[in-house]
Amino acid sequence: MTFRARHLLGIEQLAPDEIRSLLDLADTYVDLNRRTIKRTDALAGMTQINMFFEASTRTQSSFEIAGKRLGADVMNMAVAHSSVKKGETLIDTALTLNAMHPDLLVVRHPNSGAVALLAQKVNCAVLNAGDGKHEHPTQALLDALTIRRRKGRLQRLVVAICGDIAHSRVARSNLLLLGKMENRIRLIGPPTLMPAGVAEFGCEVYDDMAEGLKGADVVMMLRLQKERMDGGFIPSEREYYHRYGLDAEKLAHAKEDAIVMHPGPMNRGVEIDGTLADDINRSVIQEQVEMGVAVRMAAMDLLARNLKAERGARAAGVVV
Amino acid sequence: MSETITFTNARLIDPEGLAETEGGLRIEAGRIAAVGEVKPEGRVIDCGGKCLAPGIVDLGVKVGEPGERHKESFRSAGLAAAAGGVTTIVTRPDTAPAIDTPEVLEFVTRRAVEASPVRIRHTAALTKGREGREMVEIGFLLDAGAVAFTDCDHVVADSKVASRCLSYAKSLGALVIGHPQDPGLSKGAAVTSGKFASLRGLPGVSPMAERMGFDRDMALVEMTGARYHFDQITCARTLPALERAKANGFDVTAGVSIHHVTLNEFDVGDYRTFFKLTPPLRAEEDRKAVAEALASGLIDVLCSMHTPQDEESKRLPFEEAAAGAVALQTLLPAALRLYHNGTMSLAHLFRAMSLNPAQRLGLDGGRLVVGAPADLVLFDPDAPFVLDRFTMLASKSKNTPFDGARMEGKVLATFVGGRQVYGGEG
Repeated sequence: MTFRARHLLGIEQLAPDEIRSLLDLADTYVDLNRRTIKRTDALAGMTQINMFFEASTRTQSSFEIAGKRLGADVMNMAVAHSSVKKGETLIDTALTLNAMHPDLLVVRHPNSGAVALLAQKVNCAVLNAGDGKHEHPTQALLDALTIRRRKGRLQRLVVAICGDIAHSRVARSNLLLLGKMENRIRLIGPPTLMPAGVAEFGCEVYDDMAEGLKGADVVMMLRLQKERMDGGFIPSEREYYHRYGLDAEKLAHAKEDAIVMHPGPMNRGVEIDGTLADDINRSVIQEQVEMGVAVRMAAMDLLARNLKAERGARAAGVVV
Repeated sequence: MSETITFTNARLIDPEGLAETEGGLRIEAGRIAAVGEVKPEGRVIDCGGKCLAPGIVDLGVKVGEPGERHKESFRSAGLAAAAGGVTTIVTRPDTAPAIDTPEVLEFVTRRAVEASPVRIRHTAALTKGREGREMVEIGFLLDAGAVAFTDCDHVVADSKVASRCLSYAKSLGALVIGHPQDPGLSKGAAVTSGKFASLRGLPGVSPMAERMGFDRDMALVEMTGARYHFDQITCARTLPALERAKANGFDVTAGVSIHHVTLNEFDVGDYRTFFKLTPPLRAEEDRKAVAEALASGLIDVLCSMHTPQDEESKRLPFEEAAAGAVALQTLLPAALRLYHNGTMSLAHLFRAMSLNPAQRLGLDGGRLVVGAPADLVLFDPDAPFVLDRFTMLASKSKNTPFDGARMEGKVLATFVGGRQVYGGEG
């Protein structure tokens, strides 16, 4: 088992063997989660605080369930309507929480880099649950686990990531992870939704779905935020659906056994056709949610082990 | 009090003749009295072969008066300047309130004289409140001592307002300083767009926004004939346009901040807010091109763009953090990087830091000739040190991007009007 990280701030800091170790452990949690009795005591006695500066339902509940199944005491802090409203800075909020001795801090924040900033100020393990347009590492890990279980491998695959790449932290984390595991990545979307400098990313870039999907093993759709639909980035929702919405016809360009993924929540009829999203032969969207809990359990378990080891070493007088 | 001092055994940096000579220099009654072979009179300072140059004239320094004295006062800015070899600070009007009336200008002038050991001159806002709607009393402000007019990083977006300001300024012979930037394209940006910005997930601005701002401003200059200075040219793509504008004989000059010729976008690293600047740091190719333009003289002025920010305004997520860096004290050692890496000579550096800004503003400094004011800096260009922002900076704010950096070049002594304002004996 190789996993050295103290925090899970992004895929950027993880080595391929760390990713593999985490996914291997997550596989065991998938089995556990399918049993009736789902509890272990990996985090027994430890405190996990979920701090979401940005509204979230699925990610927050996934982290909450993951923590509870590992035996941690889980607290959800609704930051959106608390001290932040009273003008407290992010660092002060972090220091206040830190004084309560949490062991794991799960943080989502609307600003890129904010979770890393917070991690510098606390002495527990920090998990990034999404920071601005930067990274969303557990999403990329759960996508990787889903792909590995469906395709039997996580390398030499052709993965097409489609839609709003520019504003997507999911896309960035996936790009990094799939790149580290040596896959061919294609980015498909209108140029207004492509990040600047995309040509230097080492991916193939397409603005046409049919062309970009040709021969793909995995088709990853991204959510198009409501506020970007009208006029600013794309002319209209219906033109977007016509050109970039995934339906059976466009999917026919991909490999016959290509799987369809979506990080959720979906806009049916905007980026993906409803029938296709529900097609259990092609769509793995529900499976992604299931893998999400397992991956988060694995991540927290590994970080907790490192934390315990570090504290044990410090107590024994070893300089860490 | 100004005294008679004779400097012997000095390496004289002459930005006018673009030459370096071994020799001496004598100052009397606040002015340079002799250069070259000089008879020792008065106090004698043996420079031991170290460099003696005209003091730096720093165009575009933010001092927190009025409004933000906790970030920087005239006293602290003046001390930082003296320690950095800056003998004239030219302030920016992006204060709170803005320096946009003769009354505010008189207030800061009085405060500056009381508190600062170095000379301080002031620029005034171009429009009231720097809001880009109504022009300030350019005539009265000139009478009160404003050396130029600028809304700083607020671009006067309404071209009609801008054209009127420029034609009115032209009629009075006033210099206008503009910030070349397209306000629409650069809105909300925290870094320069590109691969780095995209991977960090930060909102970026294309370097083309600077070119667009430059082109618009040049069209207005062509239309009005105004005297114009671009505060910061930071992108390679703007340089050919600047070259054309100068070749066409327009009365334009350009500057660049020390950070844009010594740092690049990657220095932001993991969201280090001390590297958040306006405009943002650029790609390495841009840095190189701009440094070369500075060496060739296409870019006239090298300045600090000193912008003090307290710890609280920087200890925030990158997008929310305030922009700007203090640089009065690090301007010279950072600029010496361009000397040490062979980009330009010391004389060329002081042309950009002393002579050119003084001449552009009609000030009487920047030269090592008989009769010029005895504003001098004595420095050792090779003395190494590691910068510690808490113990070494005189500024009230410590937001320098060079914290922990290895630097070469120490100011040994600074003289303003013949009076020593920094450094020990010789």
